[in-house]
Amino acid sequence: MANSPAAKTERLLNLVICLLYTRQPLAKARIRDAVPQYGEAASDEAFDRMFERDKDELRELGIPLRMEPLDPLFDDESGYRIDRREYALPELSFEPDEFAVLGLASRTWQQASLAGAAATALRKLEAAEVERDVNSVVGLEPRIHTTEPAFNTVKDAVLRRQGISFAYRKAHGEASQRRLQPWSVANWHGRWYVTGFDLDRQAPRVFRLGRIEGAVKRVGKPGAYDVPAGHDPIAMIDGPETPPAEAVVLVHEHAGNILRRRAHDSADADDGRTRLTLRYTDPGVLADEIAGFGPAVQVLSPPELAAAVVRRLRGALDRNGAA
Amino acid sequence: MATPESATARLGRLLTMVPWLVNRQGIDIAEAAKELGVTTAQVEADLALLFVCGTPGHLPDDLIEAEWEEGRVFLRNADTIARPLRLGLDEATALIAGLRTLAAVPGLDERDAVDRALAKLVEAAGDLGGATDRVRIALEDEVPSETLATVRAAVAAHRRLHLVYVVPSRDETTERDVDPMRVVSLDGNWYLEGWCHRAQDVRLFRLDRVASVELLDEDGTPPTGARPRDLDAGLFTPGPDDLSATVELQPDATWVVDYYPATDVERRSDGVLTVSFRTADLRWLRQLVWRLGGSARVVAPESLRAEIADGARAALAAYED
Repeated sequence: MANSPAAKTERLLNLVICLLYTRQPLAKARIRDAVPQYGEAASDEAFDRMFERDKDELRELGIPLRMEPLDPLFDDESGYRIDRREYALPELSFEPDEFAVLGLASRTWQQASLAGAAATALRKLEAAEVERDVNSVVGLEPRIHTTEPAFNTVKDAVLRRQGISFAYRKAHGEASQRRLQPWSVANWHGRWYVTGFDLDRQAPRVFRLGRIEGAVKRVGKPGAYDVPAGHDPIAMIDGPETPPAEAVVLVHEHAGNILRRRAHDSADADDGRTRLTLRYTDPGVLADEIAGFGPAVQVLSPPELAAAVVRRLRGALDRNGAA
Repeated sequence: MATPESATARLGRLLTMVPWLVNRQGIDIAEAAKELGVTTAQVEADLALLFVCGTPGHLPDDLIEAEWEEGRVFLRNADTIARPLRLGLDEATALIAGLRTLAAVPGLDERDAVDRALAKLVEAAGDLGGATDRVRIALEDEVPSETLATVRAAVAAHRRLHLVYVVPSRDETTERDVDPMRVVSLDGNWYLEGWCHRAQDVRLFRLDRVASVELLDEDGTPPTGARPRDLDAGLFTPGPDDLSATVELQPDATWVVDYYPATDVERRSDGVLTVSFRTADLRWLRQLVWRLGGSARVVAPESLRAEIADGARAALAAYED
């Protein structure tokens, strides 16, 4: 079974060993002799095709295949080899506590798309380190999920600096086609976002991966653009900082618990309610939150916040009042 | 493995496995399989394949020696591939992003180890280091580091905790004793999982909702049989006694289905979604409909819709004088 996956793995492995073993670049004809499975190729053309494909696959695995002139004085014919120092993981020695945190870092991904890569990386690092102390980081489990179908393609494009295009559904309404030079992919408050330069808007933009519909297409070549120096994805997703404003609200007894926790100041009112002073940056977010308490929380100031809460409650009443 | 492994993927795996085994001569084959995340049969098949590979010439002396009789694995004459391949982009990214995430955990005792490991890894990643910085994870940073430190200490020492805990979906502040099991960061929030004496069950507590925490001088070993929940199905697992509700969402409120556990979603041609929920408690839904300010209408149960209308009326009355 010359074409079975096992036979192919055997051929590729022999090729890797052969190219690591040689100190001098090997001509294609020599490689054909040295790797037994190439002897089975029916013709020169069949061998050429097979060898070209194999080279690509090794490079995709990250194996640094070098093409060099066979004779430094004449560059008319090239040969191949793998430089051992380029190939091998540098000699690194990790302390047991470092291994413990590496293990934890790797397990962060255990339910996500990078789980396999994380486990392989750890196995490579610990290849020569038999002693380890897996239990020294007690009871701490950061977990990350990558349930968004777009994650893998977007992550690859970010890492390779390659353009993408995708259909994006806004919070309200229709999906539209977007073209982006992605800068970074970031998880913030449990959701994945991609930042980048929007080629249609000609401006930096943030997109939520969960709102990408259908397949993400790669556009152009890897390494096609630069990511701005000092780009901070989290700051970009979080939005510009605005100075906090102050609101005063009245909360009923036993109610508004989460507001009480955050309150900057709190005092008893005459009617058994509590007067809280809250600091906020986004009036829309706070109005949403306060409206959610229904009759249990009332805004005293500022008037714009009170109006925003009233607007929400009136809308809820109109929509849910009549049968 | 669910999908058959490609020839190239298997090569990648072998190039990782060989150095690992070379440094563990005589390891039990079942243990090796478990550590390598494959079956024993797979390890045997891999060793059989390695056995016929080697350096050019392929005379007996050139071939890799693989032995696994009597359940112990020996691998020799594999010098060319005895060092692992450099970290690939995804591999370096996964560990570096993971470590950077840990480095940001407030009050972490292992911070120094994280920094040292990170420095070595960035060096090992070489040219890839810059790219790995473009995958970021921001964990919740609003948890006071003392809360996190206290619950971690309780997990380590098996000590009981007393929590004052806010339940926003019911707008309640509760007090309870908890035997801690683990601290998990999930989808951006930190949780303590433990045996709750009040609920007589395993519960998750979001740390940013812990109003105060006290380490008790009492053993906090959870009862035998208390198992951590499988968190990968998500935090919401509908139970048999759950209530169901149906809500119509206007197009500007359809984001709700990304955040709340809908069991059924139907999209009408005008963009309105009809969404069903199953949940133990409907109070959170009442809160949600109030805050959505007219973009949501409760279809069923009618009693919930009436409650929402009454509550909105009462709240609005306070602004009328």
